[in-house]
Amino acid sequence: MRALTWHGKHDVRMETVPDPEIINPRDAVIRITSTAICGSDLHIYDSFIPTMKPGDILGHEFMGEVVDVGRSSTLQKGQRVVVPFVIACGSCFHCGQQQFSACDNSNPADKADISEIAYGYPASGLFGYSHMTGGYAGGQAEYVRVPFSDIGPIVVPDGLEDEKVLFLSDILPTGWMAAENCEITPGDTVAVWGCGPVGLFAIQSAMIMGAHRVIAIDHYPRRLELARAMGAEVINFQDVKVREALMEMTGGIGPDACIDAVGMESHGFTLDNNVDKLKTATRLGTDRPHVFREVLMACRKGGRVSIPGVYGGVGDKIPIGAMMQKGLQIRTGQTHVQRYLQPLLEMIGEGKIDTTFLISHRMALEDAPAGYKMFKEEQNETTKVVLKPDWAAGAAA
Amino acid sequence: MTTENQASRSDAPLTAQVDQHDLAKETADILGWDDAAVFGRSVTVNKPRHEVYAFWRDFQNFPSFMENVRSVTIADSGLSHWIVEAPGGQTVEWDSVLTEDAPGDLIAWSSVEGADIKNVGRIEFKDAAPGRGTVVTATIAYDPPGGRLGILLAKLFQNEPKLQARRDLRRFKQFMETGEVATARTHLDNGERGQ
Ligand SMILES: NC(=O)c1ccc[n+]([C@@H]2O[C@H](COP(=O)([O-])OP(=O)(O)OC[C@H]3O[C@@H](n4cnc5c(N)ncnc54)[C@H](O)[C@@H]3O)[C@@H](O)[C@H]2O)c1
Ligand SMILES: [Zn+2]
Ligand SMILES: [Zn+2]
Repeated sequence: MRALTWHGKHDVRMETVPDPEIINPRDAVIRITSTAICGSDLHIYDSFIPTMKPGDILGHEFMGEVVDVGRSSTLQKGQRVVVPFVIACGSCFHCGQQQFSACDNSNPADKADISEIAYGYPASGLFGYSHMTGGYAGGQAEYVRVPFSDIGPIVVPDGLEDEKVLFLSDILPTGWMAAENCEITPGDTVAVWGCGPVGLFAIQSAMIMGAHRVIAIDHYPRRLELARAMGAEVINFQDVKVREALMEMTGGIGPDACIDAVGMESHGFTLDNNVDKLKTATRLGTDRPHVFREVLMACRKGGRVSIPGVYGGVGDKIPIGAMMQKGLQIRTGQTHVQRYLQPLLEMIGEGKIDTTFLISHRMALEDAPAGYKMFKEEQNETTKVVLKPDWAAGAAA
Repeated sequence: MTTENQASRSDAPLTAQVDQHDLAKETADILGWDDAAVFGRSVTVNKPRHEVYAFWRDFQNFPSFMENVRSVTIADSGLSHWIVEAPGGQTVEWDSVLTEDAPGDLIAWSSVEGADIKNVGRIEFKDAAPGRGTVVTATIAYDPPGGRLGILLAKLFQNEPKLQARRDLRRFKQFMETGEVATARTHLDNGERGQ
């Protein structure tokens, strides 16, 4: 089959690799009909994620048709499914608590040492996201092996086309959980850093959950425009000082809840971010937590901080005093995707949630390397790239 | 008559001690060995205690989660015969005798005279908090052999016997809780060994 493989910084290639097979009883094999490039893939593209190996197949946002099942799978051949990017067993303690991204059993035993050393506990398995999270082949390919297929994938009705449901795999539940972690109550102002797919879905979710106001922060006019179209007020961090602006816009109180939908690769030319850039370039540091710092400073006293943005290592000069003295509550994590599939699918079906507004480019899987370059270099125009394995190279919409 | 020393002692097991030297020495003394490499680790399995015990009590199940153990067979004598894969297609073997068996609570074994590698194992089972399954504590010790066998053994355990035991315990938990051992393989005939 054809698949998108990683070979190094800004070097991804389409290659022919063997088709996947059923290995374990609960497996299924899916023929992929739509797959997307995620902001998280850019962290890999930029070589920010350790434990990648040349030839690894990327992609964790995908859906398709079931073509083969193991004897303990509950899926049937021919079903259309969306697959969560988090691999979870459904039977460990954490899965029982619906903390699917903390699953104890989805990371192969020999891959779990790295995160046990780095984080104190083994991470759970993720598709196409380095060997630290299992080394699982991803879904920017024609086919993918899906472990624990009786737990993760959700069957979608034929009436809902791919583009309406594809984002159930990651960014839609991620935006939803980011807003849920804000525990929004009437009258709340929610500030969202980053108007990429995650930030935009977080804005949409916060609106649905009844936020009084949402203030969106980014520097790309087109992305800020999309945020505004959903009813958010916007701040362009190139023009104004973010914390001052937020204080003024909230009558000197600060936002009740703040969402960091940027993560480890913050943009901008502030002093702290430039120092972090130097440190990560010289391997003296791992992350650029500029937004996390800004969020801790800007959030109101006793407010809530929600961090869907991905961080991987250690961060310097975190204003820990502000966090403690203001009594902030902090919630974060890889999304517990499985928890949100059913309710979000229903809302899509009822027309309460729209996901298609996000897609700026549709192209053949064969052209995925060009898709990565665009999503990385032309972020203003490129809000989301969907790849189609069955389109001929060069086809685009 | 608690001495001040005892009162201030941690409740953690010996295997968590900062100074592991005492543990190795104590173990070697008890077993009458020259030296001992000791490893202990606890894992919580989300299954009832009798089920976890029963699975472990059948030594023939070991190859399903112990990566290097090719087979364990039970002879009429009651001894179990272990064949363990070593690098370069070689194997090491030994017979073990069950030294303790308290159903639901404890299993212990020891290799008998003539083992390629002298070793003992002790597995304890305790109820976790209500509704949270069973805590399994494994303590494994072996007498590190010198010479060619010592080198082979170092390779076998990837220079880190703790690493191998830790991974085996993870696989044990996976197998008990999910019915399979997690793997990222995509083909039956490539990569690391499956179950
Ligand atoms: N927690 C999870 O399970 C999960 C799931 C998916 C994605 N993520 C993470 O969420 C983050 C966002 O994902 P995405 O797909 O939207 O990525 P993206 O790269 O498309 O969007 C990030 C946005 O942040 C903006 N930004 C950069 N620096 C900023 C700053 N200083 N202030 C305000 N905005 C700034 C960028 O301009 C960009 O628009 C990433 O870190 C991604 O890895 C997490
Ligand atoms: Zn993603
Ligand atoms: Zn689990």
